[in-house]
Amino acid sequence: MEKFTVLNGLVAPLDRANVDTDAIIPKQFLKSIKRSGYGPNLFDAWRYLDVGQPGMDNAKRPLNPDFVLNQARYKGAEILLARKNFGCGSSREHAPWALAQYGFKCVIAPSFGDIFYNNSFKNGFLPVALSESEVDNLFYDSALPGFRLVVDLDRQTVATSDGSKSYKFEVDASRRHSLLNGLDEIGTTLRHADAIRAFEARRQAQFPWLFR
Amino acid sequence: MGRTLYDKLWDSHAVHVGEDGTALLYIDRHLVHEVTSPQAFEGLKLAGRKPWRMSSVVATADHNTPTTGWERGIAGIEDPTSRIQVETLDANMREHPAKAYFPFLDKRQGIVHVIGPEQGATLPGMTVVCGDSHTSTHGAFACLAHGIGTSEVEHVLATQCLVTKKMKNMRVSVEGSLGRGVTAKDIVLAVIGRIGIAGGTGCAIEFAGSAIRALSMEGRMTVCNMAIEAGARAGMVAVDDTTVQYLKGRTFSPTGPEWDQAVATWKMLVSDADAKFDHEIRLDARDIAPQVTWGTSPEMVVTVEASVPDPDKEKDPIKREGMERALVYMGLKPRTPMQDIRLDKVFIGSCTNSRIEDLRAAAAVAKGRKVAASIKVAMVVPGSGLVKAQAEKEGLDKVFRESGFEWREPGCSMCLAMNADRLEPGERCASTSNRNFEGRQGAGGRTHLVSPAMAAAAAIAGHFVDVRSWR
Repeated sequence: MEKFTVLNGLVAPLDRANVDTDAIIPKQFLKSIKRSGYGPNLFDAWRYLDVGQPGMDNAKRPLNPDFVLNQARYKGAEILLARKNFGCGSSREHAPWALAQYGFKCVIAPSFGDIFYNNSFKNGFLPVALSESEVDNLFYDSALPGFRLVVDLDRQTVATSDGSKSYKFEVDASRRHSLLNGLDEIGTTLRHADAIRAFEARRQAQFPWLFR
Repeated sequence: MGRTLYDKLWDSHAVHVGEDGTALLYIDRHLVHEVTSPQAFEGLKLAGRKPWRMSSVVATADHNTPTTGWERGIAGIEDPTSRIQVETLDANMREHPAKAYFPFLDKRQGIVHVIGPEQGATLPGMTVVCGDSHTSTHGAFACLAHGIGTSEVEHVLATQCLVTKKMKNMRVSVEGSLGRGVTAKDIVLAVIGRIGIAGGTGCAIEFAGSAIRALSMEGRMTVCNMAIEAGARAGMVAVDDTTVQYLKGRTFSPTGPEWDQAVATWKMLVSDADAKFDHEIRLDARDIAPQVTWGTSPEMVVTVEASVPDPDKEKDPIKREGMERALVYMGLKPRTPMQDIRLDKVFIGSCTNSRIEDLRAAAAVAKGRKVAASIKVAMVVPGSGLVKAQAEKEGLDKVFRESGFEWREPGCSMCLAMNADRLEPGERCASTSNRNFEGRQGAGGRTHLVSPAMAAAAAIAGHFVDVRSWR
């Protein structure tokens, strides 16, 4: 897994609550059997004026000039700022894949859909939950051209690049450790293989019908 | 102190718990479908790993499969990318044979959340995962069941465990009797309307109360299915005689002395009387009327007697903006009576409402009536081949066909429109599915979520009607 340590990135504000995974990556792009290639279709229905289909030359499609990511000032943005319940809806991991492959490394919002939040950590993509008022402040600040933030996972802080404002965020110790070190989670779990086998044997003896 | 049903399920599956509470949770049943599994199998192969226990896996192809043209075989999947996904699952199942695989065209194929319980492959006390958020459906059998991402699919394949943290306990109690024409779908939409689409985030919801106990297993599955639409990854209902009766004699249910042993352990899968819940919600079943969503999120829901809400009356600016955006997308004006909303298409199906009881309810409304001339397509998509066969045995297919409904082959179909069944931009649909998100049923499509009876009545009338006033 890719590491995440400190990120100093340009911020793109997406001023919407309840951005669902169908909006992040529409279902027609879920037909791929690969893990890559989703970036050009991130927010497809909002980003382009036509109806997107797999296999289209996205460079030739008409862009929606009103959509925030199409504005020149947000080109190269690595931090997405959004409202509450970001990533609600389906379990598709294609959502964090699309965000990461577009170039985002972090999303900051007051809250997240549970499955999306989980999936993000598996891909070196950091979801940061701040309070609604803190996020509100950041939306206000993001009106400044070139507004950047520094996200430090080790210190669990989000700060303006001049250090004038800093916010603390919570993250599980084990998730933080995995992401800071880019650990292979399956490899880590398999260190407990003997314990899993022993548990399984006990369970099978007790509830044999679950193993038929 | 007493434990909740969720506490019991958690405690009995925790293999290892770390200092920060992150646990390895043992997984009994892993359901697999074609959309979220190919990258997981590929990941295993690249890492040189083998699946831990394929006898825990039950697989089917459902998201991409067509609902017409099955006589053409695999060639009936016209979109080549969809076909490759279905064929990739075939190949993965050949390489790693599962406990059961119901491929495209098999007469037992169907929506993964319909066939698991139907086959008795979902049993009380299990942990059930699937790369699909509607895995919460299986909680109806007192399982800890929830959706996972593709990295987690790979992790469960490789280790038989999930790395996860314990959620909070929420109980939603629905007491009293439902009125005629009011169903499980209306209960769960009313719950989401009450607590909102993030109301259950971070929680496992136990649905309880006399109205839940009075539901069939099909109804309980409908309720648990949409727990995720309230933000809760898992929904569940305690075991009772309804659960046990449903499972008796199913293909993978235990038999002989093991059946008695199993039933004895299942009966303990209830919350203790003194168990503590972090959140408690109570609804009176008598207050629940047929529900219709008006917006682009399941919490944007009103009763069929109501009108489209007015954003000007909403004080929260973020919420108001969301309502305004939803009204533009849905092409609706505030204060329009819901029953004045005219429809283009009707979809009866999905893992929420495609089981035999759902089809019976829709057929009872459709019987002897005709779909309105203004409806372009009204389709009924059974949840599985076995549901389809049962419906045909009961003559429901004839009822639907004579009324002008199309009777299709099983699959996820227009719930998420990954196959050819979809809305065109601007088309408006009464749908028994679970999500009314922008573009969910096709780019620019407008979805209104309702129960099967309400959908059938809307097809006949051409607009929403209060099914309670129909006889």
